[in-house]
Amino acid sequence: MELSAGTITRVNGPIVEVAGMRRLGVGELVTVGSRRLPGEVLSLASGGATVQVYEDTSGLRPGEAIAATGHPLSAELGPGLLGGVFDGMLRRLQDAGSWLEPGTLAGALDPERRWRFTPSVRAGEDVGPHRVLGTVPETDAITYRVLVPHELAGKVEMIADEGEFTVGEAIATVAGREITLAHRWPVRRPRPAAGRLRSGRPLVTGQRAVDLLFPLCHGSTAAVPGGFGTGKTLLLQQIAKWCDADVIVYVGCGERGNELAELLEDFAELEDPRSGHRLMERTVTIVNTSNMPLLAREASIYTGVTVAEHYRDMGYDAVVIADSTSRWAEALRESAARTDELPAEEGYPPELSSTLAAFYERAGRFRTLGGEEASVTILGAVSPPGGDLAEPVTAHTRRFVRTVWSLDRQLAYARHHPAISWTDSSSRDAEAVAAWEAAEGNAGWAGRRREALQLLFDAERIASVAQLTGVESLPAAERVTLISAMLLREGVLQQSALSLNDRNCAPSKQAALLALVLEVHRALLASAGQGTAIERIEALDLSDVARIRDECAPDDVDAIARLQADIQGRIGQLG
Amino acid sequence: MTAARKPDEDRGEDPVELPPQPIEYSSTTSIRGPLIVVEGVEGIGWNEVAEIRLANGEVRHGVVLDVHLDHAIVEVLEGTAGMRLDGVRTAFGGGPMSVPVTEDWLGRVCDGRGEPLDEGPPILGSRRREITGTPINPAVRIPPSEPIITGISAIDGLATLVRGQKLPIFSVGGLPHLELAAQIAVQADVAGEPFAVVFAALGVTHADAASVRQTLEARAGEREAVLFINTADDPVVERLMTPRLALTVAEHLAFECDRHVLVLLADVTNYAEALRQVSAARGEVPTRRGYPGYLYSDLASLFERAGRMRDRAGSVTLVPVLTMPAGDITHPVPDLTGYITEGQLVLAKDLHARGVYPPLDLMGSLSRLMRRGTGAHLTREDHPELSDQLYALTARALQAAELAEIVGADALPAADQRLLTFRATLEREFLSQGQEEARTLETTLDLGWQVASQLPAAELTMVSRQTLAARYRAKEGDAAHGHVR
Ligand SMILES: Nc1ncnc2c1ncn2[C@@H]1O[C@H](COP(=O)(O)OP(=O)(O)OP(=O)(O)O)[C@@H](O)[C@H]1O
Ligand SMILES: [Mg+2]
Repeated sequence: MELSAGTITRVNGPIVEVAGMRRLGVGELVTVGSRRLPGEVLSLASGGATVQVYEDTSGLRPGEAIAATGHPLSAELGPGLLGGVFDGMLRRLQDAGSWLEPGTLAGALDPERRWRFTPSVRAGEDVGPHRVLGTVPETDAITYRVLVPHELAGKVEMIADEGEFTVGEAIATVAGREITLAHRWPVRRPRPAAGRLRSGRPLVTGQRAVDLLFPLCHGSTAAVPGGFGTGKTLLLQQIAKWCDADVIVYVGCGERGNELAELLEDFAELEDPRSGHRLMERTVTIVNTSNMPLLAREASIYTGVTVAEHYRDMGYDAVVIADSTSRWAEALRESAARTDELPAEEGYPPELSSTLAAFYERAGRFRTLGGEEASVTILGAVSPPGGDLAEPVTAHTRRFVRTVWSLDRQLAYARHHPAISWTDSSSRDAEAVAAWEAAEGNAGWAGRRREALQLLFDAERIASVAQLTGVESLPAAERVTLISAMLLREGVLQQSALSLNDRNCAPSKQAALLALVLEVHRALLASAGQGTAIERIEALDLSDVARIRDECAPDDVDAIARLQADIQGRIGQLG
Repeated sequence: MTAARKPDEDRGEDPVELPPQPIEYSSTTSIRGPLIVVEGVEGIGWNEVAEIRLANGEVRHGVVLDVHLDHAIVEVLEGTAGMRLDGVRTAFGGGPMSVPVTEDWLGRVCDGRGEPLDEGPPILGSRRREITGTPINPAVRIPPSEPIITGISAIDGLATLVRGQKLPIFSVGGLPHLELAAQIAVQADVAGEPFAVVFAALGVTHADAASVRQTLEARAGEREAVLFINTADDPVVERLMTPRLALTVAEHLAFECDRHVLVLLADVTNYAEALRQVSAARGEVPTRRGYPGYLYSDLASLFERAGRMRDRAGSVTLVPVLTMPAGDITHPVPDLTGYITEGQLVLAKDLHARGVYPPLDLMGSLSRLMRRGTGAHLTREDHPELSDQLYALTARALQAAELAEIVGADALPAADQRLLTFRATLEREFLSQGQEEARTLETTLDLGWQVASQLPAAELTMVSRQTLAARYRAKEGDAAHGHVR
């Protein structure tokens, strides 16, 4: 379906000028040259257009042809995305060649594969937008729901019987329109929902520093700023593996190929502890590594959210992880520079802030058009140049997200992982989580969080005094605080991504570990208060408290209770 | 370097059709900075190479930066100094810049454009490949997971280099980073599997180039190394080509000739400065410290060429060497490098001043892929634990040293004093070694235990009980001392 064709008049890197095209729209996707490279229309002038090409234009010449597609950059949404690996434009990478030659990638979905479809409506029924027409077992973990398009309502004129269909075959006709398993959606346009809902249950990540101190809810947003090597990727990957969402969309945006290869291996091997299914079955991986084309990197973020919204519309809780949003912002900056837009801060285009805001706005807990409650959560890494947290991308992002896990270089140097700073991080969802926990019968959650933060802050203040005066001159209670804060850091907040026992921590074990440290703290304070010499307290070997997280299974609460009793006994014997 | 002349079956490129006699265009209408405008061209593609013949017979090289109808803007690699509008004839090469790919590179010493500096013949090959390279499909990558042994204890023991990894050396002027890079290049070994070293010197002095060349001579003689030398007085645009040329040769040796290839690029800061200069000449908008906004992506287009691929035996491992201007790790070049690579080896002035070679600053250094590339079957089962333990002890020793600065070493508790002794011994016996000394991995790890065993076993908490039983050496004189090869 060639809508209109024109001729290239100029090639300047990814920017191409064309003549002889009519009826093009700004933002429309075109194919460029004999290799049919994808491009996007940037601007129009009489008889001509400027096009930005998504792949390397080496060898492209004036005189080559260009063709319109009639639609903007869009994602092909249908069964077969889960478990797949795609580039930033949602083109399938698994079956592609070893080297990504320009013009060689195909679409997202396998056009040949047949899926088992089971209808859930009858012919003659009246259906509205996003009503479920039928289901497909996309993976063992997730059932794909075929929905009525968002702008369509009316009678089901035809509905297929249970059977096998390719993504392009019609499985229903509604109000005169044929419906297939797959459809396209323009990635820069948010998919519609009926309305927003208040935040609900917490997103359990299995990571203690997150769940206990700086939590977030399903449908919320979080950013992870931190210099290189502070642990952004590992933290986000841990969450991708262990959080309690239904669907994960992992977007490797301008980052490393090696770490993605490792992650994919993990997804293929690891099981979701809740469902027992392999993690791969709930995950869509979008990879546009740092050496892949810049424009597709810019698109990858939108592609990722669009895929997540698609599963949200089916009623699922989806999480989008974007590592790193700074590389996305850089891609924005590059395309702005090429179009001679006047730069604002540090060369970024003036719309950086509104673009970031609009991206995070696509997160939320929604009432879907089909009437379900579902959510999109967005987590983004931020890579500040020179670790400078005042730079534009970091500064703006902090304003738009609800939770910030700020990674601290000093903690990372000291190999305290995850290096989430307790002074620089924040969570605007903490109250909502506290209320939810209380309603679930965990009334102690908020109190323990408050106590833990207090202990960390107190220890920080006391340590800075001790730097000047020496520890000896501190009152006993303050020296106890230093001991307890160390136990809190080593025994609760540190969590190795490499430890089989510790990489994922059930909420019950999380609570038990924190309670253990707080109880030990109280017992030590009491002992000191009753006159036990502080030196004897400091000589106590409490290393088991730091070690138990690694030594007992991810949900072994009893081992922690036994240790607590044992240690309280030992403290009791002191005085 | 000329244009691609042969289609590359392996990567399924379109054949490039060349006129038998390339047309020469003589209508040069302007010269500005490194750019010339050639008019009346036909069928010229973006990024195509050009050969520019001056009136006096001199030949320069160029690349098409912009082509508009019949105008081509060509960037002249050697610069336009001394050029005049008349008498210039430009011929285009029919495709982007490429190099012959062949194992004949091994054993050779070339300039930054691949022309021989040794006595040998020009390197020819029936197949050529574009030097900008093509991204590896991330879905066919496999995670790096086997070590390269460098014979240097600080690296092998504590920041192991893994095949397919990119691990830079961050240094400052005046430190022996080139010596270290050359030593790695000479000693690196992959347990007898086919191996090759590709060393690209970028903007180095003639003296440094000569010394690297001399160090690598023997390995080149065994046809295990190739050296590309771009010196400080070579054209800056050429400096942008040299690493790409080196990496293209490396990819061929690795992914088509099944070798493990170690690529060293030194000094990447010179490369980044060349990029900044060329960007400014093109009139691009600068960002941090005058570097172009695409510095990250440009460096990544080099560094991401490291890796391993499914169904291919070889690997490309990359060690970029860079000097941090004013020792500032937040400077864009080390900063963006750190954001791309998998860890870093940081050299420190104070260690150098204390005579420690290599002066590796343990606290700033990390090989992020070490965990996967060490342990039983790969190095030795106690290796990861020993390394964690030495790191942890060093961190504690540093704290003790800081305290000692305030209160004096004598006022420290005995445990802290032991840590200070530990640190001194580690520097002297483990970290320090000769520039021509290659230690086996066994030697390195045994030395590590010898140093760690100075402390009471109870203080080695990162090590499991079994490992401790097997490796801890209770003090009994100085029996095992330095059986260093
Ligand atoms: N939870 C963790 N457990 C164990 N090690 C960790 C953890 N988090 C980080 N690390 C260590 O820190 C290193 C760097 O972590 P990571 O790759 O996540 O950093 P990053 O912030 O994403 O860096 P960059 O910005 O360069 O991508 C890891 O290779 C690992 O050695
Ligand atoms: Mg990262």
